[in-house]
Amino acid sequence: MAMIQIHELSKRYGRLQVLDNLSLEVERGQCTAILGPNGAGKTTLVKSILGLVRPESGRITVDGEVVGTDPEYRRGIGYMPQIARYPENLTGREIIRMIRDLRGNPDGIDETLVTELRMEAELDKPFRTLSGGNRQKVSAVLAFLFHPDLLFLDEPTAGLDPVASSVLKDRILAERDAGRTIVLTSHVMAEVEELADTVVYLLDGRIHFQESVRDLIGGSGEQTLERAIARRITARVVA
Amino acid sequence: MNALKIARYQVRDVMRSRWVLLYGIFFLLLTDALFRFGGTGERVLLSLMNVVLIAIPLVAVVLGTMYLYGSREFTELILAQPVRRRSLFLGLFAGLGLPLTLAFVLGTGLPFWAHGGMAGGGWLPLTLLLGTGVALTLIFASVAFLVALSTEDRIKGLGFSLGVWVFFTVVFNAMVLLGIYLLSDYPVERGVLALSLLNPVDLGRILLLLSFDISALMGFTGAVFRRFFGSGLGQGVAISALVVWLIVPFALGLRRFNRKNF
Repeated sequence: MAMIQIHELSKRYGRLQVLDNLSLEVERGQCTAILGPNGAGKTTLVKSILGLVRPESGRITVDGEVVGTDPEYRRGIGYMPQIARYPENLTGREIIRMIRDLRGNPDGIDETLVTELRMEAELDKPFRTLSGGNRQKVSAVLAFLFHPDLLFLDEPTAGLDPVASSVLKDRILAERDAGRTIVLTSHVMAEVEELADTVVYLLDGRIHFQESVRDLIGGSGEQTLERAIARRITARVVA
Repeated sequence: MNALKIARYQVRDVMRSRWVLLYGIFFLLLTDALFRFGGTGERVLLSLMNVVLIAIPLVAVVLGTMYLYGSREFTELILAQPVRRRSLFLGLFAGLGLPLTLAFVLGTGLPFWAHGGMAGGGWLPLTLLLGTGVALTLIFASVAFLVALSTEDRIKGLGFSLGVWVFFTVVFNAMVLLGIYLLSDYPVERGVLALSLLNPVDLGRILLLLSFDISALMGFTGAVFRRFFGSGLGQGVAISALVVWLIVPFALGLRRFNRKNF
């Protein structure tokens, strides 16, 4: 059974139909990239799965559990949001402790990213003094903290320096190889090519195509994922 | 349980911001000064009353609106955890309500205690003043939450919150007076009575003036209140209406929070 099953999901904001009867399955143990132009519904889709957005209709299951009012299914999920902003006067360490309190996971936690991202000193400063990149790093630590089976990473490397970005990408690949399911969005196609097994392309709130990265590149005759996707989209429009 | 955990960290966050500290110091200095400028406990209470009725709603509604807008991303983070929305809402509310309450109660209470303030009249009037202040804090914090949850645009939300404050502290009474003036040929007492139940600031004023027993300052609604209910029952009605005010905006805010898209 797929990790995430979405059946005929619809969501509108006022007149804008953000998700339009969308159905999708995300396979276990893979890294799936959700791509699409701005406003295609990527973030809304991810937030619907997380229960942050309440869809009009449709059904979502995560690891067999129906997404509804019971928050328990989120115990196995790690989430790294696009914008990282937390209570201004708390330190990173306090935020991490709070999330630990809330989760109360018995299986222990994974703080290796703190040392890998060299954040020890930053964790004792109040949030308002942290740079955008350092806030992003705290987000990354939080997402990986509880050995989640399912990870949502919304533009994970945006704002990170090359070293931190590499550390994070290595980590994503390691988690995938350990059998975890990863869903990410990104605007950097080189990064998607490096990390993702499957690409889901959203357009106007529908799935335009869903295909493995290998098939996408192989079938196009192009060298890079970016070119392959560009060709695939224009081909559809012409046809 | 989760609500308590969230509240604990939110309280810590809010306590470290200068606003709440300044707010507490404001009441501390004001109350202390009122005592020093030759006031007895009763006179200090009376002077404080107007500050409580005007300043507390303003601070609660403005800080509450800014606080909830500022907690937007934090809300997303928490809602991605196995936490119910109701727990988060309670945690956020307590995280603001407790520090504001504490700052007001300590800021006002300490000078009274230090100056041995209520020697003559007993502590009940002071307790009522503090209770009214706390009720207004929580009511206007709820209203602020409701506004901030209903409007995505922060500037609009803040403007609307200020509008609510102006309405309840100024416009409402002006409208009541105008209505009484225009309808002076008719028996409007019951109508005025019903209207005053719709304004928590007015309810606070009536409650305090009934218990301080100062008819001269009671205003029209207060006088009608006393004539209609008598002092004791009047206080009971005012307190009950304040309790309804404590529940309704909070419940509406929670309902909106449960349905909101983050």
